[in-house]
Amino acid sequence: MTNDGNKRDEDATARAARRRSIAIALGLGALVLLFYVATIIRLGGNVAKQAM
Amino acid sequence: MANLDVDMNVGVATSSYEGTVSDFIALMKPRVMSLVVFTALTGMVAAPGFIHPVIGVIALLAITIGAGASGALNMWYDADIDARMARTAARPIPRGKVTADEALTFGAVLSVFSVLTLGVLVNWVAGALLAFTIGFYLFVYTMWLKRTTPQNIVIGGAAGAFPPMIGWAAVTGNVSLDSVLLFLIIFTWTPPHFWALALYRCRDYERVGVPMLPVVKGLAETRRQIVLYSWLLVPVTIMPAFTGLGGPAYLLASLALGAVFLYLADRVRRITEGREADKAARQLFGFSILYLFLIFAVLLGEHVVSRLALL
Repeated sequence: MTNDGNKRDEDATARAARRRSIAIALGLGALVLLFYVATIIRLGGNVAKQAM
Repeated sequence: MANLDVDMNVGVATSSYEGTVSDFIALMKPRVMSLVVFTALTGMVAAPGFIHPVIGVIALLAITIGAGASGALNMWYDADIDARMARTAARPIPRGKVTADEALTFGAVLSVFSVLTLGVLVNWVAGALLAFTIGFYLFVYTMWLKRTTPQNIVIGGAAGAFPPMIGWAAVTGNVSLDSVLLFLIIFTWTPPHFWALALYRCRDYERVGVPMLPVVKGLAETRRQIVLYSWLLVPVTIMPAFTGLGGPAYLLASLALGAVFLYLADRVRRITEGREADKAARQLFGFSILYLFLIFAVLLGEHVVSRLALL
């Protein structure tokens, strides 16, 4: 394999790794949002009652 | 010890990061997931009680991802035989798109997150049922039964039967007779469904040493068992009409669809030679999917209508 070929492979791997990191970050972000929304929904009524 | 052979037999994916998003979605068995979504949704809607729509969607999402995770773990463990079967050779691990280690990590992480999400945000009865389902599918069916007994899909079929029960538990927080009936419908449906497939994929299973019923007991015995289990399936499917879970439309649908199912199962028993025999098995396999879909669709439809009538 030539140096150019190696470089192309490394670039492709780096790009794929970056794409996967972004996908994991988005997944974790979605999970945080999911927990936040669900917590607000589940606690919402109780918080309103306490305020009274 | 099949998993130890994975890298030697497949050995195509030597580096990570080759898999695309669609490869990872394929790892989750999207067709199975669509059936899981549908049956779990039916369980949720048919269950007595109320669940906030957003919490309901979260429950459905967690059940679906849990099912997908168990599919990925199944593909990790079965990669060695998947590579040698026509039906499964195009899966991401045999194609070299995803490594076995990546599939294991992906499946394990999704399993943990789906169970925790369902347990924390919905309830722990549903969460525990989902954890049990994933564990049952991986340890009992995939690792133990699949390669050791022709009863593999009879017992292992329980894993596919749990989603409506989990959906029901997400709403009610418990397990009841009606949710057990939903479980039993899928549980008794699985053997004739899979054995119809195994009849015309027999050589595939034989080649990789999976002891499916036709391989171990022969085609004639498989045909007999298909008919027996079909006669078990149809009364079980009709039962919800007598417990109040299903209404008149459900009773009619379960009777009509059951009659067709029994007719096609009997054709499989009678036609034993040549292409016509394969065709009869394929017809039963195809119809069995439609059967389960329509049974749950009618049940879902009845409960949606009755809930709308209360508004």
